[in-house]
Amino acid sequence: MRRWLAAVSITMASVLGLAACGGGGGGQATQAPAASGGGKQQVEVFSWWTGPGEADGLQAMRKIFEEQNPNLTFFDAAVAGGSGDKAKALLQSKLQANTPPDTFQGHAGAELQGYIKAGNLEDLTPLYDELKLKDVFPAQLVEQISVDGKIYSVPVNIHRSNVLWFNPAVLKEAGVAAAPKTIEEFIAALEKVKAKGKIPLSIGSEWTVTHLMESVLLGTLGADAYNALFKPGADWNSAQVTTALNNFAKIMEYAGDPQDDWQPAAKQVADGQAAFNIMGDWAYGYFHNPPEGGLGKQSKTDFDWAPAPGTEGTYLWLSDSFTLPKGAKNRDGAMAWLKVAASKEGQDAFNPKKGSIPARKDADQSLYTDYLADALKDWSSNKLAGSIQHGVAVNQPWLAAINEAVGLYIGSKDVKGLQQGLADAATANAQ
Amino acid sequence: MRRARTWLPGLLLVAPSIILIGVFVYGMLGWNFRVAMTDQHDAVSEGEFVGLQNFIDIWDQQRWHLSVNHAIVFTIVFVVGALVLGWLLAFLMEKGIRGEGTFRAIYLFPMAISFVATGIVWRWLMNSGTGERAVGLNRLFDWIGLPQWQWFRDPDWGMAAMALPAIWQMSGYVMALFLAGFRGVPEELREAARVDGCTEWGVYRHVVLPLLRPVTLSALIILGHISLKVFDLIVAVSGKQIITDVPAVFMWVAVFDSNDPAKGATIASYIVLSVAIFVIPYLIWSVRKERRS
Repeated sequence: MRRWLAAVSITMASVLGLAACGGGGGGQATQAPAASGGGKQQVEVFSWWTGPGEADGLQAMRKIFEEQNPNLTFFDAAVAGGSGDKAKALLQSKLQANTPPDTFQGHAGAELQGYIKAGNLEDLTPLYDELKLKDVFPAQLVEQISVDGKIYSVPVNIHRSNVLWFNPAVLKEAGVAAAPKTIEEFIAALEKVKAKGKIPLSIGSEWTVTHLMESVLLGTLGADAYNALFKPGADWNSAQVTTALNNFAKIMEYAGDPQDDWQPAAKQVADGQAAFNIMGDWAYGYFHNPPEGGLGKQSKTDFDWAPAPGTEGTYLWLSDSFTLPKGAKNRDGAMAWLKVAASKEGQDAFNPKKGSIPARKDADQSLYTDYLADALKDWSSNKLAGSIQHGVAVNQPWLAAINEAVGLYIGSKDVKGLQQGLADAATANAQ
Repeated sequence: MRRARTWLPGLLLVAPSIILIGVFVYGMLGWNFRVAMTDQHDAVSEGEFVGLQNFIDIWDQQRWHLSVNHAIVFTIVFVVGALVLGWLLAFLMEKGIRGEGTFRAIYLFPMAISFVATGIVWRWLMNSGTGERAVGLNRLFDWIGLPQWQWFRDPDWGMAAMALPAIWQMSGYVMALFLAGFRGVPEELREAARVDGCTEWGVYRHVVLPLLRPVTLSALIILGHISLKVFDLIVAVSGKQIITDVPAVFMWVAVFDSNDPAKGATIASYIVLSVAIFVIPYLIWSVRKERRS
């Protein structure tokens, strides 16, 4: 009898132990906020802003949120990892388990299509009407983030993807008078730098090459033809696209050894080892910020910028935005957060720290200096085109297919294969 | 009832683990195979049974060929490298040297580190920068006058370079296995061979090495299945780049970036099957051996 008891109790203990392990495996899920003491309700805000600058911006917005909503507390559910790689995978498992955060960050535009199709997001058009947001966001932006006439996210900032960063000293040494304005000038400038023995164009890991390709596509095709590529039935096999991809291949011949990520590639320009780098305007913060998070360089003397060749007058944009998932535990809290994210006050607190410009047209211009002043000026006057690599123009599966085609191209240098890959990706994913 | 008293407690003791393994290992494996045989190519559709269609279709994809080739190169370099290095270390220590315990600890230590941590260190060591821009191993090579390498970015030898951290990590463990094997050879057998006029080399050739065969086989199995499903090391060193794509990374991209569960499940099935090719013959062999003895 005693042996029996022992066996049964051990069995029970092991079952309980395993059950406990199973619960722990949920990781983040067990941390899901419940109503905390003191009648204050938590709002779980999910993002991938943990780096210098971006986390500071989030804190600044949080302060405003908590001042305006004394009965709510902010629960920071940020997951580290550049461009949200890990965060997106965790988010997906949370959505599938039907335990969404109250609000989550996503790139505005097509990247959210997957969530919308799966029925994960609530329509925010009523919020836009209530706050009259359609009047303060640029019309073209509202059009590009609408799906079937409905809007599912609130953009809190705008980044620019088509920026050519260059080192003025290296250009001078190579005899290049000014930043190249067209693709032809660009190639000529690359050749001149090469003759001086410097790296003409620095690149990073594979996604930075896709990033480069989108600027070359835009620079060759122009904004209208570029935007048309992402409509259903667009012709990726056209001669125009072939020309663009040949330009891209030509430019890639001048690329240096690929670096680990965009930062070391940008650093080559700042250090005077390379002449050019095409990267989004988050590079400005990296060049300019003091040495804890950046390189502490002087703008205009140590580094300078221009629109990527051939893209002057077009703003290749991307935007971080917040959403309202269906089944959010604290829906009212999430709405309160979205209102702060949409407000002038919230965006002006967030963006100077993050190094981006507000999506609203009525921002306080005095807060944005140096590069950001240029960006703000262009944003209000330029045509808009959506970034590929950063989720505006294409949805996630499409982007994965494009990255695959570009990755295979880097190995094979086969332009025809690249165009076929891009065409197949469009046929399979355009909608 | 009396007989139940002999087997029932034991059964109760193991029942929870049998049930849990049944559900969470074999049940999930079965589910994975079921998804792989449907056309569930996005996150929302239900998917209908299409048989082995996905398993055939994937061979049309350039990327799949690339990732399989990479996995094969990685496996060969890693398994051979770790076996040879581990064997050599064990051989050198076998005669008993001063401070053996310390050496053993040093060689075994890398195994205590996760592949992710190893990968982050080797990502720096194998940086592809050359000349003035060199860091890590390339800086060292530059310094002592050796040629510099592109490491994992080299189109031809990249995957072979990628196996270096894995060899570094696992060869100490292989050494421990072989050392136990060497020590397991009874001294009498060696003595007998020497009495029969064997040279010291002959003792190894004809007595020790044949007795090491089971150890070699276990090492081969352990290394083989690690290398076929390698994921964390690759992602830590190079991220999700095509140039170092392997099936496990392709699977991650298929599931989380392309939102294609059926494709991901198909790749997962191939990984399970390739591991099974390694493990099943070993299981058959060891069952047979047990019966014989």
